[in-house]
Amino acid sequence: MKLTLDTFHKFQKEQAARLEGRKAITVCCGTSCRAKGGLDVASAIQTKLKDAGLDENAVELTQTGCHGWCEMGPIVTVEPEGTFYQQVKVEDADAIVASYTKGNAEEKLLYRDPTTRQRVASYHAIPFYAGQTRWALRNVGRVDPANINDSIARGSYVALNRALTSMTPEGVLNEVAEAKLRGRGGGGFDAGRKWRSAAKAPGFPKYIICNGDEGDPGAFMDRTIMEGDPHGVLEGMILAAFAVGSNQGYIYVRQEYPLAVEHLRQAIKDAHAMGLLGDNILGTEFSFDVRIARGGGAFVCGESSALMRSIEGKVGEPRAKYVHATDKGLNDKPTVLNNVETYVNVPLIVEKGSQWFANTGTDKSKGTKAFSVVGKVLHSGLIEVPMGTTLRELIFDIAGGIPGKNRQFKAVQTGGPSGGCLPEKMLDLPVDFDSLADNGSMMGSGGLIVMDDRNCIVDVARYFVHFLVEESCGKCVPCREGLRHLLDVLERITQGKGKMSDLDTIERLCDVLENGSLCALGKSAANPVRSTLRYFRKEYEEHINEHFCKAGVCPALCTYKINDQCTGCTLCAKVCPTHCISGSRKEKHVIDQAKCIQCGSCFDVCNFNAIDILGSNG
Amino acid sequence: MIELTIDGKRVQARKGEHLLAIARREGVEIPTLCHHEAVEPSGACRMCMVEVTRPDWEGWSKLVTACNFPAEEDLIVRTRTDKVMQTRKEILELLIARTPGSQLIAEMAREYGLDHPTLTVGELSEKCILCDICTRVCQNLVTGAISRINRGVEKEVNTPFAEVSDVCIGCLACAKSCPTDAIEFKQVGLERTIWGRTFDLVPCTQCGAPTLPKEQAEWLSERTGMKVEEYFVCVKCKAAQTARTYENIAW
Ligand SMILES: Cc1cc2nc3c(=O)[nH]c(=O)nc-3n(C[C@H](O)[C@H](O)[C@H](O)COP(=O)(O)O)c2cc1C
Ligand code: SF4
Ligand code: SF4
Ligand code: SF4
Ligand code: FES
Repeated sequence: MKLTLDTFHKFQKEQAARLEGRKAITVCCGTSCRAKGGLDVASAIQTKLKDAGLDENAVELTQTGCHGWCEMGPIVTVEPEGTFYQQVKVEDADAIVASYTKGNAEEKLLYRDPTTRQRVASYHAIPFYAGQTRWALRNVGRVDPANINDSIARGSYVALNRALTSMTPEGVLNEVAEAKLRGRGGGGFDAGRKWRSAAKAPGFPKYIICNGDEGDPGAFMDRTIMEGDPHGVLEGMILAAFAVGSNQGYIYVRQEYPLAVEHLRQAIKDAHAMGLLGDNILGTEFSFDVRIARGGGAFVCGESSALMRSIEGKVGEPRAKYVHATDKGLNDKPTVLNNVETYVNVPLIVEKGSQWFANTGTDKSKGTKAFSVVGKVLHSGLIEVPMGTTLRELIFDIAGGIPGKNRQFKAVQTGGPSGGCLPEKMLDLPVDFDSLADNGSMMGSGGLIVMDDRNCIVDVARYFVHFLVEESCGKCVPCREGLRHLLDVLERITQGKGKMSDLDTIERLCDVLENGSLCALGKSAANPVRSTLRYFRKEYEEHINEHFCKAGVCPALCTYKINDQCTGCTLCAKVCPTHCISGSRKEKHVIDQAKCIQCGSCFDVCNFNAIDILGSNG
Repeated sequence: MIELTIDGKRVQARKGEHLLAIARREGVEIPTLCHHEAVEPSGACRMCMVEVTRPDWEGWSKLVTACNFPAEEDLIVRTRTDKVMQTRKEILELLIARTPGSQLIAEMAREYGLDHPTLTVGELSEKCILCDICTRVCQNLVTGAISRINRGVEKEVNTPFAEVSDVCIGCLACAKSCPTDAIEFKQVGLERTIWGRTFDLVPCTQCGAPTLPKEQAEWLSERTGMKVEEYFVCVKCKAAQTARTYENIAW
């Protein structure tokens, strides 16, 4: 059935009414929950519901996208109460359905707050979710991404209908410009300005591209959105196409995201069938179609010009041209490229208005940002908060802070591999595009890696540079050759062969990377090194001058020794992978230095602070 | 026509013309390694960096590559600022470390006062600076037999999968355009070997001296409409032939 401007409204109301007060059990079937058996859980619950005589009119079983808290998966919720079950196994299906029929919750599957030790009944009362403002993730985990009616019920395509009924392309453009929406994929470029340039540019056809390459290791917000709310992405792109005057779009999805591709394909097909995509959208003169392009697999393919070359079927290398893609992008035609999260914000702006959108956020960064928080935090996952939320709120209030009794926060790397590391004194920094950039880091696509005092800062810099060496396309000299030498110097320092003059070499190499590189990969590659040197210079110097890695990470620069606090509990001896700790019960233990591989397992388990990390010469 | 300033001098240019072309016309020296007149700019070597600003940029400036930066009205270009010179010097140091045996790089480095390079030096036998000239020449003007394969530090110029190419015509255009003589080829008697493939050179129909590979002659003939055989006359004999033609006319 193809919808038109006349029939959409009624259809949407019907679907929304169906959803209103609907009884449903949702099972997360995102990539991670799936891997943990989410699909089996779903079918087990389905069977039990049938056994209990509950058909879909009584309670619907919905397979949703990812809730962004994968360590808790498979996640099951009961609506409309919002009961939140974690780590559900197939065997739990019985209990879930049984308590459902009784109208209560299955206690043992509820989330237990680590501080209060209390079970928490509802989603909305769990700090991890309560602290969030989920705009970009509004439908993820709530709708069945394979069911377009679900999405429409929750408001998908309402903005499109509104735009086509009562707005001009210029009107949509103005709305996005006034909302001051900035690109969520990297540089934070003003989306309205980009669209306007493309709208004005001579040339036809014009293209709308969605960047779903998401190359940052550990980041998964774009994947989650594409998998869990494909219609949100499509609607954003359709609105962009209407504003700019484009008839053809591409979604560039990385090879490693098969489920995202599957759900996007389905969404495109369904949107076509309902007249929301393709020729004469909602019965109007406006036509727009979207194709999926599979990524080339390299990190650099996410870069604008490399991505477009890759869609053209050429080698995905950045192109050295001083022209904007909005004038000459894909096939040298005017092109708008935006990130997945950027597009998914657009329907919100068009539906609720730029004023509403711009009321949230900071002066120059409006709305919210989804972060993928990983590393040394109690709860890693996707966290979406208003721009301007402090790092402390994000890391401590929502993500639960640093796990481990004696561990201290050390640094947070924001912005992915070419972002920077910020120290503890920056924790109260309100996070937005500019505050991060001003302090030597960047928003990037929203990766956030939290580190504690067991992370060596030189090793962290080395790790990111190593990643970039592997991912540099190798086209231009500063990046290809400069990164290699940078890695060389950092490796020397972590191996105890560093000299103080190496720090000057590092600065020099960082300069040529920043000033000389062709694309943003090379230009920003110095960030992790620069920022660690800026905030943690002392640690570099300790490595060089004292042969001391106080985090106990660089094997050549640390020794583990047991001190007099040892109670002889034997725990360390049990975990040591080389069995080099000896001592009898209740007596002080000793580490055989000849066999110790400096893995630090003993240090991490000791409950009595009885293990010291010392320099390489003890 | 537009007007812009290069190193303090007002000059005229076409809008969009590349800065390098304008500078060279005006006698302003800008070093390049990956620039080649016959093909589109690549922007790979970064040696041609210059600093540009505009009166309305309020003192802000940026480094750009002259070989592909389009001229615009009132642009102010400075080709030898400290930042430019420092960046070029670093790039040369990186290239010395890559190709310590290259004459060309060593000479340029000396010009930039780089007497004591400090970075760890690579293999002496490596000569290729990955300027992309050979591959652009072959791809844009010949048959596209070679390209840059692999990524990052592993990048190298080669035939696809480093296998013997069946589209190479043995024309040597790549080797002859390489600024560092990094492409090895061998010619002995009636045999020419390049990229692992040996071509038979057709003997000159008049004197028997080696001319071209048959593959090259066929490729040329297809594009020029000349007969294949016409290519099998060596340069000397062709000159003699021409001379005779003129003698005949003169008589
Ligand atoms: C090396 C490199 C990798 C990038 N990877 C991505 C990516 O995976 N996803 C993305 O949206 N943007 C990525 N970008 C940024 C894009 O070039 C581009 O700025 C962005 O997609 C524009 O969309 P936005 O304005 O909505 O952020 C990358 C940039 C560089 C230099
Ligand atoms: S900066 Fe790095 S990734 Fe970008 S073009 Fe140069 S070599 Fe390639
Ligand atoms: S010799 Fe072969 S590889 Fe070299 S330019 Fe000629 S065709 Fe291309
Ligand atoms: S072989 Fe020569 S021309 Fe080709 S990329 Fe290397 S240095 Fe440049
Ligand atoms: S000549 Fe311009 S980058 Fe090489």
